Amino acid sequence: MHLSLGGYVNLKVIAAGILAMVSVGANAQNINGAGATFPYPIYSKWFSEYSQLHSNVKINYQSIGSGGGIRQVSEGTVDFGATDGPMTDQQLKDAKVKVMHIPTVLGAVVPVYNIPGVNKDINFSSDVIADIYLGKITKWNDGRIAKDNPGVNLPDKAILPVYRSDGSGTTYIFTDFLSKVSPDWSSRVGHSTSVKWPTGIGQKGNEGVAGMVRQSPYSFGYVELIYAETNKMSFGAVRNASGKFLKASTSGVTAAAAAAAKTMPADYRVSITNAPGADSYPISSFTWLLIPTHSTDPNKAKALAEFLGWMLDHGENEAAALTYAPLPKQVQDMVRKSIANVK
Amino acid sequence: MSSTRMTPERESRSPLPVPSPLPNAPAASSTDAASGADASLSPIRDFLSKRGSGRLADNSFAAVMLLCACSIFAIVIFIFGILVVHSRLSLMQFGWKFFTRQAWDPVSGDFGALPFIYGTIATSLLALCMAVPLALGVAVFLTELCPRPLRAPISFLTELLAAIPSVVYGLWAVFVLVPLMRDVIGPFLYKTLGWTGFFEGPNFGVGLLTASMILAIMILPIISSLTRDIMNAVPNSQREAVLALGATRWEMIRIGVLRNSRIGIVGAVMLGLGRALGETMAVTMVIGNHPDISKSLFAPGYTLASVIANEFSEATGDLYLSALIEIGLALFLVTIVVNAIARLMVWAVTRNAPARVN
Repeated sequence: MHLSLGGYVNLKVIAAGILAMVSVGANAQNINGAGATFPYPIYSKWFSEYSQLHSNVKINYQSIGSGGGIRQVSEGTVDFGATDGPMTDQQLKDAKVKVMHIPTVLGAVVPVYNIPGVNKDINFSSDVIADIYLGKITKWNDGRIAKDNPGVNLPDKAILPVYRSDGSGTTYIFTDFLSKVSPDWSSRVGHSTSVKWPTGIGQKGNEGVAGMVRQSPYSFGYVELIYAETNKMSFGAVRNASGKFLKASTSGVTAAAAAAAKTMPADYRVSITNAPGADSYPISSFTWLLIPTHSTDPNKAKALAEFLGWMLDHGENEAAALTYAPLPKQVQDMVRKSIANVK
Repeated sequence: MSSTRMTPERESRSPLPVPSPLPNAPAASSTDAASGADASLSPIRDFLSKRGSGRLADNSFAAVMLLCACSIFAIVIFIFGILVVHSRLSLMQFGWKFFTRQAWDPVSGDFGALPFIYGTIATSLLALCMAVPLALGVAVFLTELCPRPLRAPISFLTELLAAIPSVVYGLWAVFVLVPLMRDVIGPFLYKTLGWTGFFEGPNFGVGLLTASMILAIMILPIISSLTRDIMNAVPNSQREAVLALGATRWEMIRIGVLRNSRIGIVGAVMLGLGRALGETMAVTMVIGNHPDISKSLFAPGYTLASVIANEFSEATGDLYLSALIEIGLALFLVTIVVNAIARLMVWAVTRNAPARVN
């Protein structure tokens, strides 16, 4: 008797629990996304803050890489994707779900180097960077590096170029920049998340490249601006399209985006590397969310559109604290209009 | 005394699913005239003969074991099938030439696996060359020469080495081995062995040789601890017999121990090789990740496992993905071929000389 009563009580508790879960499930909107690793820190901050403000929406994001994000959103297995490099026309055509690009924040790539005995910031012309990775400039005291750095005593040592061995948005932005400034690079190598590097050694992740550069004398590499800033690494200045040597900063990156805003296409798939303008840092890029234009679940689409609105109004202000460059005003206004199309 | 008499009764009660327990046995046996006399003599035999032949149990046991064994075949075939199906795009594009092409260009969609196959085999074999003599030395010392108080700590440390995650090895390699290689070992090798042509070109501390060294350190504990167990299993009578014939200690180890355990040692080496072929993380961190085939061991290389780990997550194009999966297929085939060659070698060495002292 005791036993059966206990069982009855237990059943009741379990049933109540299931009911509670079901009722929560009915109210809360679970939105799943996957994609780029580069904006993951700010996305996870946004999503958790947004969930705290709106208890009925829960956004899950997995940073599986841009390639995975594009694949999954094209297949319709996630509610939204994220990528550091825009989808190609072919990818958009092949996708089972019609996808829209929404720029969220901006990132930049900076050159890092290790020259023992040189403490000054080194200036790099854009074509010099390309030729270092093409294997055409092999010594630090090459005339073309020296020309940009008067007064710096550059050693007669071989340059060790270091690149990202893993596919990454960082490599995409960097090679996109090199393709624009060097015709030779564009014909021999091209741009992608991973390319066929003519020379140098590969290391995995920003931390791999940074670690290699830090401990190998006379090496040269590239890392994300955020990584360099949070780890207090010194990095070089790059000559921009108007001939000015500029060290990367969030304002320089936003300036590059603002310069590109005038020619912004309606689908936001634009490269802003080597952007015009005296204050534009040349190796910058948007990172995008990939939003299906016609969701199967209108409630989800509505929740997602509401989140995007919140992102523009509040999220962008938090970007700088995490050293991401916020969208320029013009682009924010454009995006606000585009969100209306999310159904 | 009474307790021993109790035993048959107790045994009869303990196996629960037995259909006819002992108390019923005499009644049942009375129907069978031939065994009736035996039953009164030995209740155990009677019990055993009455509870069924066990054929069903034996057969079903055999069937379950067969199923377990077949699952290995099923898993291998399944993996192979999946790899082939998912790499069909690249298989159709490049055919079998994929395994002999040198190109790897994700931008133009031109792929080949040769530099990766070369890197994988070269680093693994070099690692074996370094690790096997060392591991044998450790095992011989531990089983034959080690003073008792040292034995436990050395064994413990060897097994500890085997338990360290590979990323920790990789980090250690990046921060310790790479500078050491760049500033000390590399210049030394260039000075002493530079004439061979294997130590040419710029030495940045990362490359095939560094990767091989970290692999050697990683497979050393596996080979040495397995070899030690195998040597321990050699009966002491063998050692004593060899010594009694007037052998020195070294002769005893060579004839009595190493000769008897060589098949087991080859097995241990194979396990080490398996780990070396598939090792990803530590190798990626120090090999330089540049798909080139170069004679110099200072040059950066690339392995099959590394390129999959590096590029899979960001691979966007269908052909690119398919080529990466075909790299997985190549790793699968390389492992099978290398293991097959090793088996063949073992067979060639041992077919006419079974393990014995002579």
